[in-house]
Amino acid sequence: MIDALLAMVPAVLVAHAPALLVVAPMLLAPIVAMLPNGRVAWWLTMLATGFSLLMALVLLAQVRSVEGGAILSYAMGGWAPPAGIEFRIDSLNSMVLLLVTGMGFLASVFGWTSIRAEITSAKTSMFFSAYLVCFTGLCGVAATGDAFNLFVFLEISSIATYVLVALGAGRDRRALPAASNYLLMGTIGASFFVVGVGFLYAATGTLNMAELSVRLDAVRDNKAVLAGYAFIFVGLGLKAAMFPLHQWLPNAYAYSPSFVTMFLAATATKVAIYALIRFLFTVFGLEFAFEGSSLIWILMPMGIAAMIACSFQAVFQTDIRRMLAYSSVAQVGYILLGVSLGTAAGVSAGLLHLVNHGVIKGALFMAVAGVVLVYQGTSLNDFRGLGRSAPWTMTAFGISALSLIGVPLTAGFQSKFALVTALLEQGWWWAAAAVVFSSVLAVVYMGRILEAVFFQAPINPNKRQKEAPLTILVPLWVLVAISLWIGLGGSFVIGLADGAAASLFGGGT
Amino acid sequence: MMSFLSSVNPGILLVVVGLIAVLLPWQRARQFALAAAPILGLVLLVSAERGVDLASAQVLGLDLVLFRVDSLSFIFALAFLIAAFLNAIYAMHTDDALQDGMAMAYAGAGIAATLAGDLMTLFIFWEITAVSSVFLILRAGTKAAYQAAMRYLVVQVLSGVLLLNGLVYVYGAGGDLSLTAFTSFSEPGAMLIFIAFAIKAAFPFLHNWLQDAYPKATVVGAVVLSAFTTKLAVYAFARMFPGFEILIWIGAVMTVFPVFFAVIENDLRKVLSYSLNNQLGFMICAIGIGTPLAINGAAGHAFAHIIYKGLLFMSMGAVLYRVGTTKASELGGLYKSMPWTTVFCLIGAMSISAFPLFSGFVAKSMTMSAVGSGGYTVVWLMLLFASAGVLEHSGIKIPYFTFFGHDAGHRVKEAPFNMLVAMGLAAFICIAIGLPMIGGLGYGWLYSLLPCTAAAAADVCLSSGEPIKVYQPYTLDHVITQLQLLVLAILAFMTLKRFGLYPPEKPGTILDSDWIYRKPGFGLARWSAEVWTKLGPALTRLSGVLAQRTFDRLEAAFSPRGALARGGLTTTMSVWAAVLLGLVMLIMLVV
Repeated sequence: MIDALLAMVPAVLVAHAPALLVVAPMLLAPIVAMLPNGRVAWWLTMLATGFSLLMALVLLAQVRSVEGGAILSYAMGGWAPPAGIEFRIDSLNSMVLLLVTGMGFLASVFGWTSIRAEITSAKTSMFFSAYLVCFTGLCGVAATGDAFNLFVFLEISSIATYVLVALGAGRDRRALPAASNYLLMGTIGASFFVVGVGFLYAATGTLNMAELSVRLDAVRDNKAVLAGYAFIFVGLGLKAAMFPLHQWLPNAYAYSPSFVTMFLAATATKVAIYALIRFLFTVFGLEFAFEGSSLIWILMPMGIAAMIACSFQAVFQTDIRRMLAYSSVAQVGYILLGVSLGTAAGVSAGLLHLVNHGVIKGALFMAVAGVVLVYQGTSLNDFRGLGRSAPWTMTAFGISALSLIGVPLTAGFQSKFALVTALLEQGWWWAAAAVVFSSVLAVVYMGRILEAVFFQAPINPNKRQKEAPLTILVPLWVLVAISLWIGLGGSFVIGLADGAAASLFGGGT
Repeated sequence: MMSFLSSVNPGILLVVVGLIAVLLPWQRARQFALAAAPILGLVLLVSAERGVDLASAQVLGLDLVLFRVDSLSFIFALAFLIAAFLNAIYAMHTDDALQDGMAMAYAGAGIAATLAGDLMTLFIFWEITAVSSVFLILRAGTKAAYQAAMRYLVVQVLSGVLLLNGLVYVYGAGGDLSLTAFTSFSEPGAMLIFIAFAIKAAFPFLHNWLQDAYPKATVVGAVVLSAFTTKLAVYAFARMFPGFEILIWIGAVMTVFPVFFAVIENDLRKVLSYSLNNQLGFMICAIGIGTPLAINGAAGHAFAHIIYKGLLFMSMGAVLYRVGTTKASELGGLYKSMPWTTVFCLIGAMSISAFPLFSGFVAKSMTMSAVGSGGYTVVWLMLLFASAGVLEHSGIKIPYFTFFGHDAGHRVKEAPFNMLVAMGLAAFICIAIGLPMIGGLGYGWLYSLLPCTAAAAADVCLSSGEPIKVYQPYTLDHVITQLQLLVLAILAFMTLKRFGLYPPEKPGTILDSDWIYRKPGFGLARWSAEVWTKLGPALTRLSGVLAQRTFDRLEAAFSPRGALARGGLTTTMSVWAAVLLGLVMLIMLVV
């Protein structure tokens, strides 16, 4: 089905798809900013993200057209790599790009009603513009094959994100300290990253990631390389909300506009994890002895600590969005645990969970946005009895919650099953036990919400029978359908994750 | 059309009907559907071909066998379907769509799990039984029920998760998820799956969820719960762990220890929950023996038990419904107001006490004979003691304190008609399968359903290598032994009553009726009871305090105002970033 796309799309678009995917939203962003009418801005945003989604599909089709996954190299401006900037698309990032653009498109479809309610109309166009910039940055990080270019896109997306989070101040003033905290922390992370890249450049004289991985082999024992690795590891770890560097996340998610929370939860940390995986397994590799020890002594314990500690924190939250935010950090723990195995099965499980969690958390936050829009409240009490007042919204929320817990026949089960299998394969039964324990905690915290939603009497009986608007319900159910589809068969997504992991381990070692 | 029907797992049919029923607003239509579904399921089950995969599916790259019948799963599924039907009738006086539907979905999941042909399918329905049954406790609506339901859910889900883990091990080791019996604990996943089953079967020290949750369930809920979860676990043990010697001892301990608690417990539904545990012990013990006779004993006992335990819970439910309590100290003399319920309860009590002519006798004597002929003298004595205990707490205590004894002055209406119908049908089955063969009726019907017969033997019967023999329950020897036990126990009770030595107001003192012929046993029971009365509240208090402390600690650390969320976020995180950077470098240099 995807292959048929290649025949339908004009050849020019196919040839320049890597660049167009990033450039289209980037060029539209300033135009959108100047529009006086928010509604037109929304249409243009949907157009831009939809176009990027199309390009991501085209890229995926191109990558999959070759057995084992093609590698598309696109030289920016005709300057050949390694001197020029290269966009390099393979099985791994074509999958991440699909996630980012797909979630970006669905987010922009659902965004209008939610944004109009939470952002003053004078700022709507600016808001969409900032969103497009953020979207551009995330796509760029996922697409680029150049380490410094990756830093630039990371900063583009981050700076736009600070603005987006701060705009939540209209609803809750605590968004401002959250944004400033995020800004400081994000900047530290980005600085660490760029310092690390600087070390690598000093040691090898190149910034192209493919070239770096070749040249690093020669200077394996250089202490500058080691320092570079450490800085990049911690810098990207911070961006990915690796425990204990996650503390920017709960506040940022809890106080930013609902739309932003939904989009960030589904994409931002995922892209940072992608970058981390890229550096761990493409640029460096397990042949670097220090990498193996950092996986076992840092990444694995931190993953498990996140799964347990943040699940506990989620259990005690009274604000739904904070609860989900802590759960996000715990889920990042699962992903990092899979990555820390350093095996194809482990990374594949991590990637599968990355996609699944993006979809699931996106759906959960979308449903929450619907509730915020209609019932104005994000505390557990506000959710009481909503199962009766808004059955469609809350059923979608319930299904996603079950998926987050990992009930069989849902997407969450697929990835946890894959993760536990990979862990046991390696003999890490204690980590598998931690996964199980953390899942039980997930039952507790999601159970608290579901119990309030479906079994308690509505707190305000006057607000009966009011669903979220269709522009929220449709993308919400699309996400639920995707997660059920992954859960019920989903060999497509599993195949993507397996292919991506295989491309990392086939090429790297 | 017929070929399509023959591949429908009756359990899945019940689950679907149950889920639809939740949405049906019309009481009569819903109740008709819920009573009709088990009958249709019965037809599907009886007409299903044995020993072949009747329905399979491909999910997650696994081959799932959704429907497979053999003589072992047949008798369990049949008992479950009958129970589902009786429960549907028993529930007809209420108009509660959620409870009705979930009860049916729960029964259906139990049946579907029994008829599953592979571990994955078993696991899926295993979890559905957990999730659907929790509603039966929640609907009681009290705070205590809510908390018990949550504890119950966590334990049940834990069992499922363990099963899943074991399954992953099995899958990783050979990729074969078919339900073949384990031969030793050293096989991959065997231990995990054993513990998962053990939780559902309420093994000693894993049993508390049962006595915690069942008595707090609704009137209908307790009846429904008593039938499925634990017997599903018994089935699973018979399927996967036949002939594991440790089960003999676990089973024997299971039969004995609840006796002490059942004796001193005042809430009669809780007494029944303890006695449920004791009955499961007989079945588990038989599975541990693993000979064809013992497997037959376990299956036959499970069949009879589902009916008579359901009947006892129904009668206590009727009392709870009319009087509003099942506390022994607040009941008494109800035979005047509820004569039919009294009769049915007595039939259930005589069945569970294994009076000859009742179903418990023909089922339990198989287990006793298998244990006796296996040469386990100590186990046999433990089971004998437990049998006397059953008579004491389920056979005498339940009916005596409810319907006779000191008249508490309750003048209530007889139980609703639908309850009487359900109890009458259950009582009929109890007698029909207990009688010697007279005309078409009698124990032969039950025996023809057993898993290990010459005509159809399930795989598990062959594992012990013993030949399959025809068993006769009504031999002089069996009847006399049982009657001695019963008559002496009753005589003791009557004597004490006659001479006023039996204080009716204090339930804790109706200690085991076997004290005349086994004084040490009495002494032990008495002593244990004393110890428990003193120790019990202390232990409860201690565990309460410990739980509270743990919760406080956790909350102090993790809550929104807790330690982890305090302090200047930016500062702490910058420090963490630096610490982590140093740590990464250090580890990379050192390791």
